[in-house]
Amino acid sequence: MVGLVIVSHSEKLAQGVVDLARMMAREAPMAAAGGLEDGSFGTSFEKISNAVDEVYSEDGAILLMDMGSAVMTAEMVLESMEGRKLALADCPVAEGAVTAAVDAEAGMPLEEILADLEQVGTLKKL
Amino acid sequence: MNTEKLIATIQKIAAKIEEEKAFLTELDNVIGDGDHGINLARGFGEVEKKLDGLKDKEPGDVLKTVGMTLVSTVGGASGPLYGTGFMKLGAALKGRADVTVPDFLAGLQQAIEGIMQRGRSTKGEKTMLDAMIPAKEAMEAKWAETADAKAAFAAGVAAAWEGVEFTKTIAATKGRASYLGERSIGHQDPGATSFTMVLEIVAGEV
Repeated sequence: MVGLVIVSHSEKLAQGVVDLARMMAREAPMAAAGGLEDGSFGTSFEKISNAVDEVYSEDGAILLMDMGSAVMTAEMVLESMEGRKLALADCPVAEGAVTAAVDAEAGMPLEEILADLEQVGTLKKL
Repeated sequence: MNTEKLIATIQKIAAKIEEEKAFLTELDNVIGDGDHGINLARGFGEVEKKLDGLKDKEPGDVLKTVGMTLVSTVGGASGPLYGTGFMKLGAALKGRADVTVPDFLAGLQQAIEGIMQRGRSTKGEKTMLDAMIPAKEAMEAKWAETADAKAAFAAGVAAAWEGVEFTKTIAATKGRASYLGERSIGHQDPGATSFTMVLEIVAGEV
């Protein structure tokens, strides 16, 4: 199963997104990488790396990020893990996490989940 | 500049950032998320702890370690951005035991390109690049004209401060300040400011 990592400046937001997506997908491997080591706001290279290790399998893992340093730090974690099957998702983090979790749980491959996530940002709610 | 001098310079940069922590954070409070000074000071504090172990390394490797430490410890956008900058500068100086002005300028160009790529940004978006790019250009021009390192760095610092002033006149289109759009006009960019402070320290050591 493809693993998911939720990267946010906020520890609570990252955990909340994982909890929200968990409602729809009990088994999908998901880990939160929010905030800094001490719980304050920011993005931590180490927390993201550990979260990837936690959910990673040969099926790969997808990272969903909020903004700014979350995107750049996630990108640098990927570069540090060359050879692994990892991807960054370009989509809203909460809606994307639900989509990706459901897809992962259904056993969809990484490439197909990413294609689904590309649509997430274009969906209108109203 | 050799490793000994470089390490002394980095210590002075760390002290400067610590000293200006509150000011940089205040600038970021107005148009960003109010963490720039705190984050950079945390990162350079960690850098300082590593410097003693780097005395036997060449300057390029010292700078790479500085960059990697910033990436791991800063916690905000300045981590990946300054981190990438220092790592690119370090990589460009590989094999140099004594860094010359042309070496530094070539490395600075690599750093600028790395930061542009990492931040998906360019000049005129109210970022550190608005100080870095004019500084590099001014240093190149002055060096070509005089071959005087002190004069070249002085020209670079002056151009960087002009760049900081320029950031007051434009709206942010990258980073947290872009959420404020036009409302960011009138305020100087914290990243351009901190870069200029760093360059000023380096200029004082040349």
